[in-house]
Amino acid sequence: MNVKAQDTAADVLGERDWRRRDTLGVYWREAAYQFLVLLRMPGFALPTLLFPAMFYLFFGVLFNRGHGAYFLATYGTFGIMGPALFGFGVGVAMEREHGILALKRVFPLPPLAYFSSKLVMSALFAAMIVTILSIMAAALGGVTIPAASWLSLAGVLIVGTIPFCALGLVIGLSINGQAAAAVVNLIYLPMSFLSGLWIPIQMMPHFLQQFALALPAYHLGQISLAVIGHGDGSSMTVHVGYLIMFSILCLAIAARCWRRIQDR
Amino acid sequence: MNDSTVIAALRDVRKQYGAVTAVDNLDLEVHAGQILALLGPNGAGKTTSINLLLGLARPTHGSARLFGYMPNDLRARRRIGAMLQSSVLESRVRVGECIAHYAGYYAHPMPVGQALELAGIGDLARRPVTKLSGGQKQRLMFALALCGNPPLLFLDEPTAGMDVEARRALWTALRTLAAEGRTIVLTTHYLEEADALADRIVVMNHGRLIADGSPAEIKSRAALKRIRCVTQLSLDAVAALPGVQSVQADGPRLDIAVASPEQVLRELLRQDLELADLEVTGARLEDAFVELTRNEEKAA
Repeated sequence: MNVKAQDTAADVLGERDWRRRDTLGVYWREAAYQFLVLLRMPGFALPTLLFPAMFYLFFGVLFNRGHGAYFLATYGTFGIMGPALFGFGVGVAMEREHGILALKRVFPLPPLAYFSSKLVMSALFAAMIVTILSIMAAALGGVTIPAASWLSLAGVLIVGTIPFCALGLVIGLSINGQAAAAVVNLIYLPMSFLSGLWIPIQMMPHFLQQFALALPAYHLGQISLAVIGHGDGSSMTVHVGYLIMFSILCLAIAARCWRRIQDR
Repeated sequence: MNDSTVIAALRDVRKQYGAVTAVDNLDLEVHAGQILALLGPNGAGKTTSINLLLGLARPTHGSARLFGYMPNDLRARRRIGAMLQSSVLESRVRVGECIAHYAGYYAHPMPVGQALELAGIGDLARRPVTKLSGGQKQRLMFALALCGNPPLLFLDEPTAGMDVEARRALWTALRTLAAEGRTIVLTTHYLEEADALADRIVVMNHGRLIADGSPAEIKSRAALKRIRCVTQLSLDAVAALPGVQSVQADGPRLDIAVASPEQVLRELLRQDLELADLEVTGARLEDAFVELTRNEEKAA
């Protein structure tokens, strides 16, 4: 057995020349690859971009003339939840089931690079959704929003994907394949409605308004409305605080699920 | 063998899934430059052993090491490539793009073209992954395992689902990779495959290692020769002869597995003067394997 040859091989192929730059490169490559995969997956890209656009067109622009700005905030919130919940919830569940997650765990990819690439995708799709809805609002709805407010809204909706990514991650790590898709749909659509994203929360019965306080989508919706001047005066601290706590809770559960997967 | 050449090891490992013990009391050292075949029937613990070495499963007891690191350490993972049984690639990404991506995780990957050629899918670089046949997907998984140019390869049933031609091509590729000084650990049901490829075979059954050696040693350890003959003696009478391990009827002939043929032959010829069509051969690996697992069951 040639010991020396092995040592040399380990040096060449191992740590000695692995630099931090290479690690950053892996993060970047993973995100770029995720984008390529999602872009070529019409089952993901089309509905996540088209549904919020269609909903906004019908209910925000055509049937509710004069309220384009209000619905831009709420349908924007509805829109950005999609790629976060489906990308993490269904994406991670399917990749787990198909053994892709196992493959990624065997390849020299930091687990954080895998999850952060999905986070970047959710943010990227959120940005696209905000852009599409904003163009529709300006071109078809005659909505004018000061540039600073619009930028704030875009920022809120992009950062606002985080709690839904965290929720999606819990689903993706704990529920298998197709069942995860069902669970995501069961959460996504009712929560959007009950949070006042489709019709204003004030038009709902009092007990439903109370129930909405427990839903993350309600709180993100309220922040979105507030930054474009349609807030109901409720405390931003409560909304932001709720979303931070909700994200931390979900991430803690997800971390437990992840450890359980590793301990298998 | 020198200890410094051990690049992967399981030490006193037990792995339990609930009440089921998948692997027990397992010590396994992989030495640099070996082609090691883990051979055994379904449920023998081969895949669990690979998963323990890859860090996909954590030992209930004992330890797993890759290049001296914990298996899930990135420093260890940069030196290995793996082909898992359970992976199903489902995306519209092209084969070439897919390999280029996975190769990008490594410091000094193989050129994509070379990985494609070695896997025998050189003409499929532009084909979307979803459009591949089962065998082609299997070869893509093989290309992914080696694209990082790692010194150690783990292949869990690499030729499952391949036709004969594809299997031979993969064997040739494996021999090429081994000739370059790479270490290869593979699992297989195909006894022929272990015999043709490996310079070391580890036989597993019921989660335990039951034999470990070169293909020749495995055969001799099972200590089997086959005597085939047409005889007047009954199957039971032959089975009762000292030194006979097992007897099977094979048409008009008996197929007798024995440890040392001389003694049994002497007795056979003495008892049956009309014995005909006598043939004595060394055991095929298959016989050795059956015998090894049978002995193990007897002992248990």
